[in-house]
Amino acid sequence: MLRYFLKRLVSLGLSLVVASGVIFLALEVVPGDPAAYMLGINAQEDTLAALREELGLNGSVWARYAGWVGGLLTGDFGVSYTYRTPVAEMIGERLWISLPLALYALTLSTAIAFPAGIWAASKRGSAVDVSVMGVTQLGVAIPNFWFAMLMVLVFAINLRWFSAGGFPGWDTGFFVAMKSLTLPAVALALPQASILARVMRSSLLDTLSEDFIRTARAKGLSQRQALWRHALRNALIPVLTIIGLQFSFLLAGAIIIENVFFLPGLGRLVFQSISARDLIVVESVVMLLVFAVIVVNFAVDMAYAVVDPRLRGRR
Amino acid sequence: MTKKVFKTGLISALALAASMGMAQAKSDIVVAMQLEPPHLDPTSAAAGAIDSVLYSNVFEGLTRFGSDGSVNPGLAASWEISEDGTVYTFHLNEGVKFHDGSAMDAEDVKFSLDRARAEDSANAQKALFKGITDVTVVDPMTVKVTLDGPNGNFLFNMAWGDAVIVAPESIENIKTNPVGTGAFKFTNWVQGDKIDLEKNADYWGTPAKLDKVTFKFISDPTAAFAAVMAEDVNAFVGFPAPENLPQFEADARFQVLVGSTEGETILSTNNKMPPFDNVKVREAVAHAIDRQAIIDGAMFGYGTPIGTHFAPHNPDYVDLTGMSAYDPDLSKKLLAEAGFPDGFKTTLKLPPPSYARRGGEIIAAQLRAVGIETEISNLEWAQWLEQVFRGKDFGLTIVSHTEPFDIGIYARPDYYFQYDNPAFQQLMTDLNATTDPAKRSEILKEAQTMIAKDYVNGYLFELAFPTVANAKIKGLWKDAPTQATDLTAVYWED
Repeated sequence: MLRYFLKRLVSLGLSLVVASGVIFLALEVVPGDPAAYMLGINAQEDTLAALREELGLNGSVWARYAGWVGGLLTGDFGVSYTYRTPVAEMIGERLWISLPLALYALTLSTAIAFPAGIWAASKRGSAVDVSVMGVTQLGVAIPNFWFAMLMVLVFAINLRWFSAGGFPGWDTGFFVAMKSLTLPAVALALPQASILARVMRSSLLDTLSEDFIRTARAKGLSQRQALWRHALRNALIPVLTIIGLQFSFLLAGAIIIENVFFLPGLGRLVFQSISARDLIVVESVVMLLVFAVIVVNFAVDMAYAVVDPRLRGRR
Repeated sequence: MTKKVFKTGLISALALAASMGMAQAKSDIVVAMQLEPPHLDPTSAAAGAIDSVLYSNVFEGLTRFGSDGSVNPGLAASWEISEDGTVYTFHLNEGVKFHDGSAMDAEDVKFSLDRARAEDSANAQKALFKGITDVTVVDPMTVKVTLDGPNGNFLFNMAWGDAVIVAPESIENIKTNPVGTGAFKFTNWVQGDKIDLEKNADYWGTPAKLDKVTFKFISDPTAAFAAVMAEDVNAFVGFPAPENLPQFEADARFQVLVGSTEGETILSTNNKMPPFDNVKVREAVAHAIDRQAIIDGAMFGYGTPIGTHFAPHNPDYVDLTGMSAYDPDLSKKLLAEAGFPDGFKTTLKLPPPSYARRGGEIIAAQLRAVGIETEISNLEWAQWLEQVFRGKDFGLTIVSHTEPFDIGIYARPDYYFQYDNPAFQQLMTDLNATTDPAKRSEILKEAQTMIAKDYVNGYLFELAFPTVANAKIKGLWKDAPTQATDLTAVYWED
């Protein structure tokens, strides 16, 4: 077990090193000078040079890479080129929107997908199954930003139940804040719920055709009892894997939804920073997301080993 | 029972009256705009969004722009100009205080001007301060500025957002906590979302009518439409989706103001790159373009055709659109005369704004009709600055020059469109040395005609500036003579 753990740990470390190198180099080759972007078309050459010096853009590539990684290791993410505030602070603020939004969307998607998937699997081939499959097919196909605009049109402009976007801040109260995240969360959750419901259904159907279910039925359990007592637990493994993947996607992938609802989240920060060539922000946010994904994978690997003893002995 | 009904009725009537009373006293406003400032120091970045939020509201200069673009006294109550035009003596207003309570005096003016023109200055418009050789504090309320020669634009230059007066005490944190002298003071910035200002109770001049101002940043045009429609915001300045304006005009809840700007939108041409180094080719391009089709197609009809690099609302503007009237046959003839009977191929590099992206498609089609093939590439701003503006690696590009009164760029041979005409450069030197308004007007008209005759660039239209606002809001600027959202005179009508 210890050996397996150490091997995973080394692989985690290597992944992080490689990722930091790739991120840094990829952004290094992106054309565009942050100083020129900030000072615009009337800037004089000496002003540009002064700003570049101030931003620390003049050092060699290696020196800047070493400075960045060294900073990350000590928790110093550097200072944003454009906003001139510490990157760690900015990420912290944005996470307070992106993280709750991702959790909200994930909760919604799970709450929709589980019953739908189980219901469809338990009544395979019935009208219920066909309609769940049809609706989820639609859910996968509809782009979430389009669905988001549709909801804004109906609930914000016509019915006036919600505001069209924006985030009032957590200090206005939990429910006010959550209300402003509701439309974005629904827009994000819909495609995720559709995918999850389909995975849930097919995984459950696979499990239901396994030998141990037949044995359970032979012992006298009804179809329903066999499903709830034996099949569901075993069918959950692929579902949980998908949920893990979806969480990282929701955290990083809400860029378009955050633009539609003008939410000041992590996705919008990356979007703005890329066009302003605020490379230090982009690097740090992407690195943070990579770190989150790698750590989640590591935790999943560990969990597999706990659940499945066969993995521990594997060379 | 009846009593109870009566009572309830009375209470709700009272509540209604109370809420109506509150509506009458509405003194806060939410103003949305597309771009968020990167930071809050107008004196060290080109971003127009900084001025859009802070100019006149929070920061003031010696002089200030009025809504019609005129230059009025600001922190300087009056001034004298020496006989030879090189020494300006400014008399400052009494009792002006920064928002941190410290007094604004001649030392602050000297600090601000010296900082902007210093060796290590990060001022994006450093050229505004170029002629200053010395700034002297005469007494706390008087400051003397010496120039290396007469400069007819000096008072105009001092009205720019890049020339506002800042204090040495608060300069260190200005990028996140701006401390100015304006009628509003900065209170809070939620990055990526909004900036809050509140009324400055100790303002030296006419106090603001609003108590609280919130600037919200909504970049997506669809989201902008939704936010105005749902009345999440009270006004949207620089509304990004002209196609939606008729819908707002038809809705009694809103007013639509379509003002003019200082944004000359031009088909910039690389004057050093063959075949554009031939004036006949540039003339052919000019006649191949149908301006009205571009305004209608790309801007949904909002925009004023221009024939030279000058704002049409300026009293010195000359309408030269006739010199480059739409005439494809003439265009083809000129191309043949220039040695390109079958046309040629060039690049058309487009920055992100919709006037460029949508206008570019239309211009490409119009040029194709006379035989000029363009290879379109869409660039981000940072790429555009690097490739086109600094690298000068382009044939054609579309861009709006939004700086006020910027015809002087044609006197810079190393400027990205590389127009090198000594006669024009002499004209600009003369202009700077002239303070007599009639003579200045004459020179400006000659300059406009000269660049139009040389067909330096394709002159398309003056960018319109649409504002959508609640119908009860009064005092908003219609035009945008500089990038500013001056809210000092804005109020809600009862």
